[in-house]
Amino acid sequence: MERLLLITTLLAVALIAIVIVSLRRAHIRVEYSVSWLAAAVILLVLAQVPNVLRWIAVWAGIQDPPTVLLFLVTGVFLVVFYRFSVIISHLRDANIALAQRVAILEFRLENVEDGRS
Amino acid sequence: MNPILSEGRALILVPARNEEGAIGGVIDEVLSLFPRLPVLVVDDGSQDSTAAIAKLHHARVLRLPHHLGLGGALQAGYRLAFELGFEYVVRIDGDGQHDPTFIPAMIDAVSRPNVQMAIGSRFVESNGGYTSRLRGLGIRLFRACLRPILGKTVRDPTSGFVAVNREALEVFSRSFPLEYPEIEALVVLRRRAFQFVEVPVSIRPRRTGRSTITAVKSIYYLVHVMLGVLVNILIFDRRRWR
Repeated sequence: MERLLLITTLLAVALIAIVIVSLRRAHIRVEYSVSWLAAAVILLVLAQVPNVLRWIAVWAGIQDPPTVLLFLVTGVFLVVFYRFSVIISHLRDANIALAQRVAILEFRLENVEDGRS
Repeated sequence: MNPILSEGRALILVPARNEEGAIGGVIDEVLSLFPRLPVLVVDDGSQDSTAAIAKLHHARVLRLPHHLGLGGALQAGYRLAFELGFEYVVRIDGDGQHDPTFIPAMIDAVSRPNVQMAIGSRFVESNGGYTSRLRGLGIRLFRACLRPILGKTVRDPTSGFVAVNREALEVFSRSFPLEYPEIEALVVLRRRAFQFVEVPVSIRPRRTGRSTITAVKSIYYLVHVMLGVLVNILIFDRRRWR
């Protein structure tokens, strides 16, 4: 259990470090880093306060606290991935509408220029 | 000749991606039959000379900045057609499979009162040729699923030979399925209580190239379309309940 919590702590710290470095290098925008930082902080709290895990294990009727950790990690990352799917869908819609508008404006501009020449 | 054709009130919409081998012939064939009809080729990010050849053959070309997929390309064409004030749009494929001699029948169909869309159907009375066994199976499945949704049988729901009037054009310019649009478009129209008819047409083999549809793609297509139909029904029901 202790080793698992240590690994989880290291992973959470590594995740926070990667996100901060990515932010500094402008590889990721602040609004999209929030989900990852929140996920990392949740993992850190779970790893550093084992009583939370034990309490959840008792509440959920799970014998083994590490199994709870596994479930929670999976749950946290599923929420993050779902949030990004929503964002990607919005971006794709916006991208398609923008590409169509650019094409139509270019078409109309060419017609105007052809009419002048 | 139907005044719609002779007065250029309809637009022929040809979505195309990497169709340099066929597009010139398709445009020439349409313009030789209907010289007053404008042909709009929507070039969906082709990497070959599709756009240049289309221009050379006197088509207007709407060049998308990058590949959007069939639905995105079609919607761009519908948007432009609506903004330019066209009353009818007939969509044909850029590979030469659709015979333009059926265009007048398609336009006649959407000129009728209370008909917003016409589908060129292989299965009404003429041949159903050049359809693979897998695609035939899919079409039968779609027919069975769509019948209770649309309230009537659509014999060729995957046909890309489609004519719409201005009412449907307005809807499609605002809301159009982006991937595999043919079947979902029927449900979109149904949500507005619009009507469609099927016009018997025959389909020819592709002029050049070969279909990229594989078994895996067909299964993905099937799942994607059924999910899209389901989503459209849910939207429909929610609006109806409000």
